[in-house]
Amino acid sequence: MRKGQHRFVAGFLFLPVALYLIFVIWPYIQTFGYSLTDWKGQSQSFDFVGLDNYTALFEDDVFMGAIWHNILFLVFIPVITILLALFFAFMLNAGGRGRSGGVSGVAGSKYYRVVYFFPQVLSLAILAVLFGAVYRSDGGGMLNGVLIGIGLVDSQNPVEWLNEPNVVLWALMAVVVWHGVGFYLVLFSAAMQSIPRDIYEAALIDGASRTQSFFRITLPLLWDSVQTAWVYLGIAAMDMFILVSTMTAGDYGGGPDHHSEVMSTVMMRNFLLYGRSGYACAMGVVMLVLTLIVSVVMLRATRRERIEF
Amino acid sequence: MGSTSGENNGTGENGTTGVGRRALIKRSAALGLVSVPAMGFLSACASGGGDDDSGQNEGKTSESNPFGVKKGTKLDVVIFKGGYGDAYAKAWEADFEKKHGVTSVHTGTQEITGKLQPRFNAGNPPDIVDDSGAQQIPIDVLHKNGQLLDLAKVLDAPSVDDPSKKVRDTLIPGTIDAGMQEGKVVALNYIYTVWGLWYSGKLFKDKGWEAPKTWDDFLAVCKDAKAQGIGGLAHQGKFPYYINVAIMDLIAKKGGLDAMKAIDNLDPKAFVGSDAATEAIEAIYEVVEKGYLMPGTNGLTHTESQTRWNQYKAAFITSGSWLENEQLKTTPDDFDMKFLPMPVLADSALPFEAIRAGSGEPFIIPSKAKNLPAAQEFMRMMLSKDWATMFAKEANSLTILKDGVDPNVQLRPGTQSTVEASRAAGDNTFRFLYTEWYSEMGTAIENASNELMAKRIQPKEWLKRAQAAVDKQAKDPASKKNRRD
Repeated sequence: MRKGQHRFVAGFLFLPVALYLIFVIWPYIQTFGYSLTDWKGQSQSFDFVGLDNYTALFEDDVFMGAIWHNILFLVFIPVITILLALFFAFMLNAGGRGRSGGVSGVAGSKYYRVVYFFPQVLSLAILAVLFGAVYRSDGGGMLNGVLIGIGLVDSQNPVEWLNEPNVVLWALMAVVVWHGVGFYLVLFSAAMQSIPRDIYEAALIDGASRTQSFFRITLPLLWDSVQTAWVYLGIAAMDMFILVSTMTAGDYGGGPDHHSEVMSTVMMRNFLLYGRSGYACAMGVVMLVLTLIVSVVMLRATRRERIEF
Repeated sequence: MGSTSGENNGTGENGTTGVGRRALIKRSAALGLVSVPAMGFLSACASGGGDDDSGQNEGKTSESNPFGVKKGTKLDVVIFKGGYGDAYAKAWEADFEKKHGVTSVHTGTQEITGKLQPRFNAGNPPDIVDDSGAQQIPIDVLHKNGQLLDLAKVLDAPSVDDPSKKVRDTLIPGTIDAGMQEGKVVALNYIYTVWGLWYSGKLFKDKGWEAPKTWDDFLAVCKDAKAQGIGGLAHQGKFPYYINVAIMDLIAKKGGLDAMKAIDNLDPKAFVGSDAATEAIEAIYEVVEKGYLMPGTNGLTHTESQTRWNQYKAAFITSGSWLENEQLKTTPDDFDMKFLPMPVLADSALPFEAIRAGSGEPFIIPSKAKNLPAAQEFMRMMLSKDWATMFAKEANSLTILKDGVDPNVQLRPGTQSTVEASRAAGDNTFRFLYTEWYSEMGTAIENASNELMAKRIQPKEWLKRAQAAVDKQAKDPASKKNRRD
């Protein structure tokens, strides 16, 4: 029985591990190698420059600004998305007035559950086009059209949403949150449904309010899912490339005047447009390290004792 | 082709390891996930070896075949399929096969960088490339990597139409300069383009406006337009490249060619301390301050703002002569599109008729191309009347070949007006080169212009920022090799 088992396991593991090494780990190593050179991106000739790229990075205001924007995204996107998703999920599953003494969602919760999921079905590219029309900077934009219609905005002076340094980051954040809430709502819903009804009913009998049952029962029992959501959203916040590069001004986005720049857009511009590919690889390495730190910190910070039920 | 193998590898990896890693995922979800967005970028980094098998594509040279194209070989052609489409290239390729017996492998795409960067890195580039569009690989970057063939041989070859002349002598003077890097022509900018303002002949007739020749007249039209609820000037705010056309044209016209060369040559007084630059940027800022911009234009994409202009929401718009072809579908039939040279400030060095004119749409031959003889012959034939006329018919635009279009070809009103404007301009043409030489400096100036148009900075600050971009570029030792006199 034992005999040959190891070989059997190794046989199954060999291919995936090899693929993982070749296509994931090896490129990382290569990127690190390139980050120590002045590679210009279009041929295989370059010189070794040591850590010059890394020292230059820390004096690059644009890249430093981009890190700061990523941190802002990292703080706000997970918090807002998870709170909204939790709230909606709770209302859909246990928020209804107990009609026959049991625990149920608000009226029409099945319908809402489907509707909330719609945004998740859209690809990021479609999302960018859609919200491009929402944020459009003249009277033809959805937001401006409505605001001009009700007289809040002067039609000669529409709000240039994505061209306002103080608005652009929030406008982008709103898109990510709108897109993400539905998915996490479904995730949390599924987790909530696996919580035994009797616990809620027992709480009800003891006179617990909706708020109390949410904080005392739902949230603790959902903690595993929240933790997963947190890591996923944190990683999404560290990326943001597609939305920023397609929706904001400039080559690979980042406008106006670098006010919406994220690490990946600065990297792409240096890599492809400016031909400073070695430098861009150094940015890639910094991104990798930061993302790893964020993931580890988030997993640690949200670690709690598991509750079996 | 070369690039698709990277994608295939990507899906293969995801599909197979999904099962194998299942147990791991729970603990290190983070680690695995990080790799996914980075995959595409990283696979572009993976290096490959180059191989060299030139020689087998060389045939015998003759008078009508100066490069020695060999029958039965293959030519790998990559065309940017943008505003001009790629039907013209297919017509060329068919003709090329008929005349030389070389079949072409045709790729029409918008993703020049995505498709070609891995091939350049692997030493396996196509034979001839139309390196254009939003995702072009910058010419200066390719050149610095030693990837471009010096086109002198093609330009010095006998012309197809008149073998007693060299190809270079059949072209509109000055048009090959734009493809120059460090003193060598490495890109053939094939399409003849003029830049400036555009207006609708119909709108101007209806409103009783005259096409303005001076800046004051221009402001007067803008004022009247605003009073009637029409925007004065529209520009493609999401891409500040366009408003820079207006700004830089004003500078060049006010200060003459010296003011333009000061910028291209990274002069320490190109902007700060230059009267021409100061007056030009103040003039543009006046448009912003007086509210003559089309509302919201600062945030619109090129299609959005151009479509608005087609709907008579603005009197003027900045652009180059590709505008007409780009807007074919949204332009009303009676719109009567017209080109207007940039109106001049008082006491300008250049007359009103002077225009920024030159060549765009760079065609390149990679130095490591497999079939160099055929690629060079292909380019020589592009500069024949036959092929230039094919281009005018299919893509609705002029080429750099002098009198290159059969007079029987009927041109659209906008294109016709550019022909007239170039004739009126005569030798009074100019062309900035810093946009081709210094991508980074160009971007920095564009950012400053974007801020100025949104009223977030003043002309003084714009000059400072533009000068800072110039000074920063001047510190790069490589910039010493670019110089124009």
